[in-house]
Amino acid sequence: MKPRVWLLGCALLVAGCVLLALGAAIGSTGLDSLTAMRSDPVAWQIVWDIRLPRTAGAWVCGALLGLAGAVAQGLFRNPLADPYLLGSASGASLGTALALLVAGRSASRAMSTDWLVQLGVTGAAFVGAVLAVLLTLMLARGAQHTLRLLLGGVIVGVVLGAAKDLVTLAAPHILEAMQGFTLGSTAFLGWQAVSLMAGLLALCLLVSRLLAPVLDGLALGESTAASLGLALPALRAALVAVLALCTATAVAHAGLIAFVGLAAPHLVRPLVRSTHAALLMLSAGMGGVLLMASDLLARGLFAPQELPVGVLTALIGGGYLLWLMHRRGGRR
Amino acid sequence: MSALACRRLSARLGAAEVLHGIDLVLPAGRWTSIVGPNGAGKSTLLRVLAGLLPCSGGEVELLGRPLAAWAQRERARALAWLGQGEGADGGADDLTAWDVAMLGRLPHRPWLAAPGAADRACVEAALRATHAWDWRDRPLGELSGGERQRVLLARALAVQSEVLLMDEPLANLDPPHQSDWLSTVRRLTGAGTTVVSVLHEIGFALHADHVVVLQSGRVLHAGAPHETSTHEALEAVFDGRIAIRPLDEGWAVVPRG
Repeated sequence: MKPRVWLLGCALLVAGCVLLALGAAIGSTGLDSLTAMRSDPVAWQIVWDIRLPRTAGAWVCGALLGLAGAVAQGLFRNPLADPYLLGSASGASLGTALALLVAGRSASRAMSTDWLVQLGVTGAAFVGAVLAVLLTLMLARGAQHTLRLLLGGVIVGVVLGAAKDLVTLAAPHILEAMQGFTLGSTAFLGWQAVSLMAGLLALCLLVSRLLAPVLDGLALGESTAASLGLALPALRAALVAVLALCTATAVAHAGLIAFVGLAAPHLVRPLVRSTHAALLMLSAGMGGVLLMASDLLARGLFAPQELPVGVLTALIGGGYLLWLMHRRGGRR
Repeated sequence: MSALACRRLSARLGAAEVLHGIDLVLPAGRWTSIVGPNGAGKSTLLRVLAGLLPCSGGEVELLGRPLAAWAQRERARALAWLGQGEGADGGADDLTAWDVAMLGRLPHRPWLAAPGAADRACVEAALRATHAWDWRDRPLGELSGGERQRVLLARALAVQSEVLLMDEPLANLDPPHQSDWLSTVRRLTGAGTTVVSVLHEIGFALHADHVVVLQSGRVLHAGAPHETSTHEALEAVFDGRIAIRPLDEGWAVVPRG
């Protein structure tokens, strides 16, 4: 493997560790909690049960989205592809809306500390995202035709989005919670959620690493990939499964975080030109660092007030991409 | 013995039947050129022969065995394919020339195994053969059309298959590299490889050992390039708009009216 791949990998790892340390220090109570955590159980709880899991969770979530983005862009051979392409975002929204509706007034996501309700909402979002992707696959009659898949994803997205709007119109009391979900937030991540997501991330990284040569072959076109002996229908279905699992896991836990999945692979590419084996791993690392940094800024910029992290990911990722395009455009 | 053969082969693109009952025997260790006007079904025929497009009737035999009886990876080792405009949608722009050529070794490598010394030697030989070795570390997106084509040719060569099918392999190549392509093909057939190409450059096609002239999804003529009947078939299939004249050791194709 090329030295630049290792270099970037190490840089992303170091950045992740530094940001994690920063994450323990930043919050509405400031550094005091960190210095007092040995003696003060409340400070300990703030750092260990709130700050650290949400910071680590932001990394895992970002990594899931970055990986999903790289898989989507390779699978659809389209640099504008993003993880929400197959309808998972609107599926998760609808699932969340329905769960909030069932849970009733008390379950406003922003206030609820009832873990059962929280679990129910997360589970519903996950199931919604997975069902939406399955619906897209049904509409596209399998994963063989990428264009049909894209169209199916758009249709499912629009229809489920409309259904979600109907639900929220009928039950205005869930509006605020829904908005929190739509903007994305890492504020509710606990260690349990983080370890679950980390396990799924490890699984997805492993499977996508196995499938990386398929994406390389597909880059030369379907015919050429098939001529290289790749069993495309089955392999493509496996890639869709990875994409769906990554996205559903991230969305269920942190809401619709914008732009990380789209931007992460684009941030890696100018730094390292490589095959998908490295691109997938580095995109995951980049997505993690991107979301973690955004989360820190969201907490720190106007502390003790907190910004929705999705707004910041769009600003940071979008701003950097814009600068990159500008720089490249200037060179040509 | 025939490398590729088909009997009563027909194929569809969507609802339209593009090939109607084609019988062909492509001799092993020789270079066969498929020529014909636009829409004659040349590329479709090549894709069906490569097993990339299902046929709607008839059958294809690769090295004496029905195409369907081959396992996918085994077939990928026996038959290599160079398509038209591979990676033209920009999907492969971030892969280096080396990475692309290494994809040709995919059918030979166990899944996930890192490329071995033999793979690397083979890729180097392929890149050197197409004069692409010097910029092996450059990404495909930064190469010109002709340079890309040479990398893609190297990718197909790296498969080291017994049969090599190429659809318009001369696209974007300048005259010196077209000549290089010709000598590469000669070297391959000299070593026993079967080469089948679809070419629009009739002058080049006539350097082949065997010429197949297609018209409207049927074989109009199959024969040696120096036969008068082959020339007549070519002139007829292009509505008499070209004339074929002897020139040095080859043939010149002259446009007419």
